Amino acid sequence: MHPTSNSHRAHISVQRATRASQVGLWVAVALVVLAGSLPVWGAADARSAWMREFVEIACYFVFAAMWNLLAGYGGMVSIGQQAFFGIGGYTMLMLGNFAGFNPFVAVPVAAAAAALVAWPVSKIAFRLQGGYFAIGTWVIAEVFRLGFANMSLVGGGSGTSLTALRGIEKATRENVTFWMALAAVVASVGLVYWFLRSRQGLALMAIRDNEVSSESQGIDVKTTKLWVYIVAACGAGLAGALYFVGNLRISPDAAFSVNWSAFAIFMVVIGGIGTIEGPILGALIFWALNKYFSDYGSYYLIGLGLLAIGVTVFFKRGLWGWLQAKYDLRFFPVQRRWVMDGLCVNAGESNE
Amino acid sequence: MFALIDTLIQGLLLGGLYALFALGLALMFGVMRLTNVAHGDFIVLGAFGTFALAATGVNPFLAGVVTLPVAFAVGYALQRFPLNRTLGKDPLPSLVVTFGLSIVIQNVLMEVFTADPRSIESLGLNTQSLPVIDDLNVGLMPLVILIVAAACTVLMQWLFSATALGRSFRAVSDDPEVAQLMGLKSVHLYAMATGIAFVLVSLAGTLQGMRSTVSPADGPALLLFAFESVIIGGLGSFWGTFAGAMLLGVTQQIGFRLDPGWGIWGGHLMFLAVLVVRPQGLFPKTR
Amino acid sequence: MSLLSTHRLQSWYGDFQALYGIDFELHESEAVAVIGSNGAGKSTFLKSLVGLLKVPSDAVHFDGQPIGGKTPGEIARLGLALVPEGRRLFPSLSVEENLLMGASTGRKGPWNLDRLQKLFPILKERRRNPATALSGGQQQMVALGRALMSNPRVLLCDELSLGLAPVVIHEIYQALPTICDEGITAVIVEQDVSLAQRASQRLYCFQEGRVSLTARSGDVSREQISHAYFGS
Repeated sequence: MHPTSNSHRAHISVQRATRASQVGLWVAVALVVLAGSLPVWGAADARSAWMREFVEIACYFVFAAMWNLLAGYGGMVSIGQQAFFGIGGYTMLMLGNFAGFNPFVAVPVAAAAAALVAWPVSKIAFRLQGGYFAIGTWVIAEVFRLGFANMSLVGGGSGTSLTALRGIEKATRENVTFWMALAAVVASVGLVYWFLRSRQGLALMAIRDNEVSSESQGIDVKTTKLWVYIVAACGAGLAGALYFVGNLRISPDAAFSVNWSAFAIFMVVIGGIGTIEGPILGALIFWALNKYFSDYGSYYLIGLGLLAIGVTVFFKRGLWGWLQAKYDLRFFPVQRRWVMDGLCVNAGESNE
Repeated sequence: MFALIDTLIQGLLLGGLYALFALGLALMFGVMRLTNVAHGDFIVLGAFGTFALAATGVNPFLAGVVTLPVAFAVGYALQRFPLNRTLGKDPLPSLVVTFGLSIVIQNVLMEVFTADPRSIESLGLNTQSLPVIDDLNVGLMPLVILIVAAACTVLMQWLFSATALGRSFRAVSDDPEVAQLMGLKSVHLYAMATGIAFVLVSLAGTLQGMRSTVSPADGPALLLFAFESVIIGGLGSFWGTFAGAMLLGVTQQIGFRLDPGWGIWGGHLMFLAVLVVRPQGLFPKTR
Repeated sequence: MSLLSTHRLQSWYGDFQALYGIDFELHESEAVAVIGSNGAGKSTFLKSLVGLLKVPSDAVHFDGQPIGGKTPGEIARLGLALVPEGRRLFPSLSVEENLLMGASTGRKGPWNLDRLQKLFPILKERRRNPATALSGGQQQMVALGRALMSNPRVLLCDELSLGLAPVVIHEIYQALPTICDEGITAVIVEQDVSLAQRASQRLYCFQEGRVSLTARSGDVSREQISHAYFGS
C-alpha cells in the first residue's frame, strides 16, 4: 500500500469486534445464565434427565473443542486424545476411591495430571508427522488402555465404580455435576477464545499458515506447539474426569475408546474446523442426530461415517465455515481486520 | 531353551502375517503420503469377501484368488474418485475420509455378517504342521504365510527398482510437480498404487481368515500392527518393513509368553521405544 | 508466424500478481534470452508457459494453438520442456533413471540416452549413481538431458548457471548451440547478462513483472540493459 501522495496518508486501524459478535456475546451470556439456573426451575424428572444429557454432551463438546484447538489451530491431527480423556477419568477415580479426595475436587486435579502426562508423551509423539503422527497418538492411547486393563487395582479390563460419591445425596450430586459441566463448557470456549486473541494465538495461526515463514520471523514453533498439546490434553482430561463423575463407572474400553476421537472429529469437521463456533454447531448437530437416530444402531453409525466423508469432500470448511464465508458471520472475533479509510481488509486468518 | 526357540519361531511366523498387513500401507504412504486409517478394515473386508464367496461352495483358495482383481479394482476406483481429492499438504481430509470409511465398513460388515468371528476353510492346511526338531512343530499355514510375505516383499522391491511403473512411483513420490512436467499422469499412478496395495490387503485378509478368525471389529488392531511394522522398519524400504514386522511379531510372542495381557502391549511399548531411540526406524532408506 | 507467443500474459500467486501483461514471441530455431533481477518474474513466466501456473486459454499460443490452462503433462506432450530452476532431479532415482523419466512423454526425435551420453560423457560414467550425489554442474547436465529426452520443440531453461562454477557453466553453454542446431528452439532465463547475450539472438528484459526491453542481443548496450534491468 503506497501513499498516493505526500499529503494523503492512509489511516489504518485494527478492528476486532463485529456487530454479530457483539450481539452474540449478549446472547451467549443470557443462555449461560438461563442454563445455570436450570436446577432451580423445571419438573424434577425431566430436569434430572436433561441435566444428565447436558453433562454428557458437554463432555463430548469440551473434548471436541480441545481437539479443534489441537488440529484446527495447532495443525496437529491426533486420533489419540482419548489417552488424556482416560487418564483424567482414572486419575479422578483413583484420587476419589483411594486418596479420599472429594471427586468434584479431584476433577481439576485430574485435568492437571493429564496435562502433566502430556509433556513426556509429546516427546514421543512429536517424532512423527502428519498422518503418521495421528496413528502414533492412537498407539499411545492403546498403551494406556492396555496398561490400565492390566491394573487389577482399578478392576482391570472390566473396570470399577466410583465409590467415593456414595455418601452424597443424589440431587446435590446431579446439580454439582451439572454446574461443573456448564463451567467446563464456558471455560473451554473462553480459554480457546482468550488464547487465540493472545500473542500465542496469533503465532499459532501464523504457524498453521506457514511453519517455515513463522520460524524465520522468530516464532518458536516447537514451544508453541508443545503448549497447545498440553492445553488440549488438560481439556481432554477435564472432560474425562467430568464424564466419569457423571457416569459413576469406568472401564478401560470406555475411557480410552477411539470413538471419542471419532466423534470429536465428526463434530469438528461437520461444524467447521479451525473456528470457535464450529465445534459448538457440530456438537449440537451431533446431539440432535444422536437423540433421534442412535436407535438405528449400525445404520446410524454408517450414516455418520458417510456424512463425515461427504462434508470433508464437498464442504471442506464445514457447515460453519460455509456459513461464515457466505454471510461473513463471526460471533467470536479472533480475526484482525485492517480498516483503512473505511475499507475493510481481512487479515490474520487462513484463506484456503 | 526350547521354549525360547519356539517363541522365536512363532514370533517370526506371526511377523510374516504382519508383513503382509504392512506392505500395502507402506506402498500407499511411500507413493502418495496418504495415511489410510481404514487399512485394517479393508483387510477384514477382503477376508469377508473371500469368506462369502467360499460359503457359496467355491474352493476357498480359488475364492481368495478371485478377490484379488476385485480388490485391485476397488482400490483403483477408491483412489481415483474420493481419495484423490483429499491429497495435499493437510493430512486431515484423508484422515477424516478414511476414518469415515473405517466406521462404514465395520458397521456394514456387522449388519451383513453379525459380530461373530468367522474363519475361512483352508482345507486342512491350518491344522497341519511340519516337525522341525524333537517336539518342535511349525504350523504349515503360518509357514506358508511367511513364505508368501517374503515373496511379496521381493516382488514389491523388484517392482520399485526394476520396472518403469516403479520408477514412475518413485518419481511422483519425490516431486509430483516435476513428475507432471515429464508427462506422468499422477492421478493414474496414485490409483495404480492403491490398486496394488489393495491386492496385498486382500491377500493378507484371506490368509488371516484361513489362519485364524476375522470379525468386523478387527480392523483397527490390524492397522496398528501394520503401522508399527512400517515405522519400526523404517520408511522407504520394503525389506525394512518386513524386518520391522518380524521384530514386532517376536516381541509380541515374548510378551504373550510372559503374560496373556502383555503380548500386544509389549509390541506397542517396543514400538514407542524404537520411536524414541531411533525415530527414523531400524533400516531406513535415505531419501 | 511465431512458434511460441504470449499476449498480455498475467500471472498470479494467490492474491499476489507477479506478471502484468507480458507480450512475448519466439520463432523457430532461434535462441531467446530472458534477463532480469531476482523477483522480476522470469521463473514465473516459464512456469506460466509450461502449465504450472493457471493462465487464461488464449494468453499463450504454441504452434498457432492456444495452450493456456492445459495441464503440464499435455503441454509436455505438445513439445515444451522445462529445465527447472535448481535442477529438481528425482533423489530416489539414479542418473539414468532420471533421464528415462524424461522420455515419458513418448515423443519421437533424435535425442536418446546414447546421444546424450555422447554430449555429456559424465551421464554415462555415473549413470547408476543417485542423481543428487553428483556435483552441481553434473546435476545440471542431467536436468538438461532429462528435458531433451522428451524431444521437445521448445526447450525452456531456467537459470542454468545458478550456483555453478564458471568452468562448468562454460561447458554447459558450449552444448547449447549443438542442441539448437538439431532444430530445438530455446528460451534461456539467465541472471548473468553477458552469458545471456552471447547465448541468444534476441533478448527480453523483465522488471517487476513487465517487459522493460526487447532487442537483438548483439545490438544493445550495457547502459541500455542496466537501465531496463533496474528501472528508473
